[in-house]
Amino acid sequence: MTAAMLLLLLSPLVGGAVLALVGHRRYAAEVNVTFCLLTFGASAGLVARVIAQGPVTALGEEFFVDSLNVFLVALTAFVAMTTSLFSRPYMRIERSHGRVSDAGMRLYHSMYQLFTFTMLLVLTTNNLGVMWVAMEAATLTTVLLVALYRTHASLEAAWKYFILCGVGIAQALFGTILVYFAAERILGAGIGSLLWTHLDAVKGELEPTVMSIAFVFLLVGYGTKVGLVPLHNWLPDAHAEGPTPISAVLSGLLLNVALYALIRFKVLTDGALERPFASALLMGFGLLSVAVAAFFLSRQRDIKRMFAYSSIEHMGLITFAFGMGGPVASFAGLLHMTVHSLTKSAIFFAVGHAAQKSGTQLMENIRGLVKASPTIGWGLMLGTAAILGMPPFGVFASEFLILTTAIAQQPWAAPILLVSLGVSFAAIFGKVQSMVFGEPTTARLPHRPALMPVFTHLALVLLLGLYIPPYLADWYRRAAQLIG
Amino acid sequence: MLQHYGPQLINLLAAVLLLLAFAMLSQRRILSLINLFAAQGAVLCVATVLVASVTGQSHLYWSAGVTLLLKVLLLPWILHRLIRRLNVKWDVETLLNIPTTMLVGIVLVILAFNLAAPISQLAGTVTRSTLGIAMASVLLSFLMMITRSKAVPQVVGFLSMENGLFFAATAAVYGMPMVVELGIALDVLVASLILGVFLFQIRERFDSVDTRHLEKLKEH
Repeated sequence: MTAAMLLLLLSPLVGGAVLALVGHRRYAAEVNVTFCLLTFGASAGLVARVIAQGPVTALGEEFFVDSLNVFLVALTAFVAMTTSLFSRPYMRIERSHGRVSDAGMRLYHSMYQLFTFTMLLVLTTNNLGVMWVAMEAATLTTVLLVALYRTHASLEAAWKYFILCGVGIAQALFGTILVYFAAERILGAGIGSLLWTHLDAVKGELEPTVMSIAFVFLLVGYGTKVGLVPLHNWLPDAHAEGPTPISAVLSGLLLNVALYALIRFKVLTDGALERPFASALLMGFGLLSVAVAAFFLSRQRDIKRMFAYSSIEHMGLITFAFGMGGPVASFAGLLHMTVHSLTKSAIFFAVGHAAQKSGTQLMENIRGLVKASPTIGWGLMLGTAAILGMPPFGVFASEFLILTTAIAQQPWAAPILLVSLGVSFAAIFGKVQSMVFGEPTTARLPHRPALMPVFTHLALVLLLGLYIPPYLADWYRRAAQLIG
Repeated sequence: MLQHYGPQLINLLAAVLLLLAFAMLSQRRILSLINLFAAQGAVLCVATVLVASVTGQSHLYWSAGVTLLLKVLLLPWILHRLIRRLNVKWDVETLLNIPTTMLVGIVLVILAFNLAAPISQLAGTVTRSTLGIAMASVLLSFLMMITRSKAVPQVVGFLSMENGLFFAATAAVYGMPMVVELGIALDVLVASLILGVFLFQIRERFDSVDTRHLEKLKEH
């Protein structure tokens, strides 16, 4: 147990240090992939142990793994690994186009590993204070990566990202202080009052007034990182201006991780309060995000910006599902977290190569991808079909579950959801179709693009749509029970 | 002696903190702004030592030490070097005129006191009456961040917001556990270093550190 846990966290941490020394040498990308593989191996070991033994704590009680976070750990390690495979040719092409310097490559590889480390730390730590520290560190490791190209727009995006997330995360710290305050009255001062497992045991006794104020601050704080409207302003810019592998991990992983932090606090708040206070807030913010993002989608001209808004929409949908609560909605929320993460990163991989091939991110200048490169074109088309919730992909299954539960439990919200999903379908499908078909306007790439990750992700999403293996379904069900 | 006057002194220092937050809000010169930030750190440090000696919470001495090193010495030094190297102009431009900002600030203080009232009633600490002030300084720093157009004052606002949060933790629960406080201090330090690097990149690109240049990315 301890060994797998240590390897999981040490591999990216050591990887960050090693890659800072390796610098821009030719094999840096391979070293990056190796460390990601190692991390993924450790996460697989951890999953096997949790399936066999149930929830476990490690290293004193500093780390805690149960069915809820182990599935996110596995997902994070997996997507981090496939993204590192994608980024190998992608960053080489960027380098040969002269968009990144040697120092930039060193920074990129080193920070990529450290970013993975901070996300895994947020997921596995039992200490809510450490969770905050790691979440802030996740912002810090990516802020320079967003500015990697040093263009006007990328510097602006990074500044916005830093300031907005910095302010947001400060609110989350205040929320964490308040939770500690509530816990200290029962458990006494010291580190024990910040350990989630201890708090969970006494959640019924936590002072309701303090917990409700704390949850509002935490929602604003971590919600900024989830990209919930109206705190989402940083997200489209950071996704559009940073390197594409970073857009893929921001959308596919960081948003999930921030939402995970919020869910942990939701469980505590629900336990302390009689009324569904946290649920109502989550539903409200979720619904607002879905609706606003859907209507912004049709106005986008930059392809990465458009898919960034689509991420806001989907995170809103997941937040809404967790807000509704209950076994079915939470199950659907977790499933949607998985399939969204896989699909969206696959889309960003395809989009990255498509933009490199066309030399632009403006959608009106990207044409005829299928003719120029069938794999990139079809990858983008299939990924789009999947994210729009077309059957038989997994997104269809989770969206269907969320919608039917909404119709049964919150009938007022169902029309809003349906209209928003319809609007976003029309917006995205129309734009992607004209990029994929038609006469090509593309150039040759100096390195072979990596499309294996795209199709691996899409195959998994397809599989989850057709058949969820029983152990996985069982796993989701147990995690959904934890969320309530 | 200290047991008797201690709580009074802490309240006095809290009031000074609030005053400093307002002073920062009204300050037009960037150099004085940094000095005010250092002063805020110093007051925070003294207040923490006082709380530690009144309550006998020995880990607070360590927090006070970290505050002294980081917020009174290291960060102001980095900021001073930064503005010298960046050669920025002395004036701080505001997006909102200063009297209006002060009025908004007063409203925020009232709001903070109202929000903190139910929490401080529950608190068992001698410092509970200062929780409202801590919250007010967080909100005032926030106001400063959004009303300033230059990058360096925004950074100072960010750092002083962290000061307010630190004071809130001391007032409500005699500080967070040490591991967490060290982690937070590390984050703040790394954040300021990254910001330093970042400001150079911005200036290299725009020949100025006015964040109004950074307003191109908007919805069309």
